[in-house]
Amino acid sequence: MRARLAVSTAIMAVAAASTYVVAQAAQPKERVIKVVASRFKYTPGTLKVKKGQPVVFELTTADVPMGFNLPDFNARGDILPGKVTRLRVVPDKSGTFVVLCDIFCGSGHEEMNGKLVVVD
Amino acid sequence: MANKFSRRQFLKLTGMGGVGVVVGSALPGVVLADAGDDFYFVQLSDTHWGFEGAPNPDAKGTLKKAVAAVNALEQQPDFIVFTGDLTHTTDNPVERRRRMAEFKQIVSELKVKTVRFMPGEHDASLDQGKAYKEFFGPTNYTFDHKGVHFIALDNVSDARAMIGDEQLAWLAADLKQQKVDAPIVVLTHRPLFDLAPQWDWATRDGAKAMELLMPYQNVTVFYGHIHQEHHHKTGHIEHHAAKGLMFPLPAPGSQPNRAPLPWDPAHPYKGLGFRSVDADVDERKYEINEFPVVKA
Repeated sequence: MRARLAVSTAIMAVAAASTYVVAQAAQPKERVIKVVASRFKYTPGTLKVKKGQPVVFELTTADVPMGFNLPDFNARGDILPGKVTRLRVVPDKSGTFVVLCDIFCGSGHEEMNGKLVVVD
Repeated sequence: MANKFSRRQFLKLTGMGGVGVVVGSALPGVVLADAGDDFYFVQLSDTHWGFEGAPNPDAKGTLKKAVAAVNALEQQPDFIVFTGDLTHTTDNPVERRRRMAEFKQIVSELKVKTVRFMPGEHDASLDQGKAYKEFFGPTNYTFDHKGVHFIALDNVSDARAMIGDEQLAWLAADLKQQKVDAPIVVLTHRPLFDLAPQWDWATRDGAKAMELLMPYQNVTVFYGHIHQEHHHKTGHIEHHAAKGLMFPLPAPGSQPNRAPLPWDPAHPYKGLGFRSVDADVDERKYEINEFPVVKA
């Protein structure tokens, strides 16, 4: 009886491990991209990512509080001085999309845009 | 014998309703009648005093011309509202106050002395409204005029384009005192709905304000920010954006960015203007007439 239980436990463990491996295979590796906001630009200004591949934007500001808004992906983050904001996005469509600052930061605020290029 | 007409009937009769109205003409034998509690107010917006650049070669003259045009209206409004961006932004707090003082001096030339001000992000976002309050008072307030309840909402002093929970609670408390069918006008700077999120033409928590307003049957919103006439409905609530008085902006989403439209030497001041809003209090209706800065 004890031996049968041990075998069952082993099978379950293998099954669980298999499930985990399958899940890992289905989920593309997460990519990290650092972005620095400063009045009135993002560096880099163009962010290239792959459709379906999760990306984490590590956002910092060189001066004042800024926003990092991807309205086409319903994702945004506040970037505060001295802190790193991590914003995870899984791009589900390809094309070129706007990145905009949505925290008013001065005379060039309206022109503070970046680009997110999502390729297939 | 003179025929008596209300101001709205007069505007219709003379063809002065709608876009591109000519100010100051009159029909012989026609006089304006007292239309009970009906009234009208004028909305000016986005004067951006202090702006300099190619989109407006007459940056120092346009506001003064607008003041003259309002003063030339045959029948003067009961009051005037400025829906934000009175001044163009500057990092320098001294310069910010200088621009506000100049703006205030120029608009003091308006014949009508009941003038309600509101901040835009250019006035208030860099110092959370500190300088604005010194010159123009509170950034959110209410007032009543001939049976209409006016609510001025501040969605710019928080640089994140948020009304904020505290002000939303204030709004909720104010609305609780109103009847469900009360005529309510909301004045604000940014749109309370997602007009063009790609251009940040929205208020981040605007939906919360709309949720509070939605139970009321007669709510109309007048706002600025987008430098052009625009009309939208959220359920039964109408939103009307006003033209600016420094440079026009492109139609929402019509081009990749929201850069000012170029000055047209053949049609100076094109796209700039102000509006009158005639309130029919009994019918809970508002008639909007657009006026140019200068006569065509």
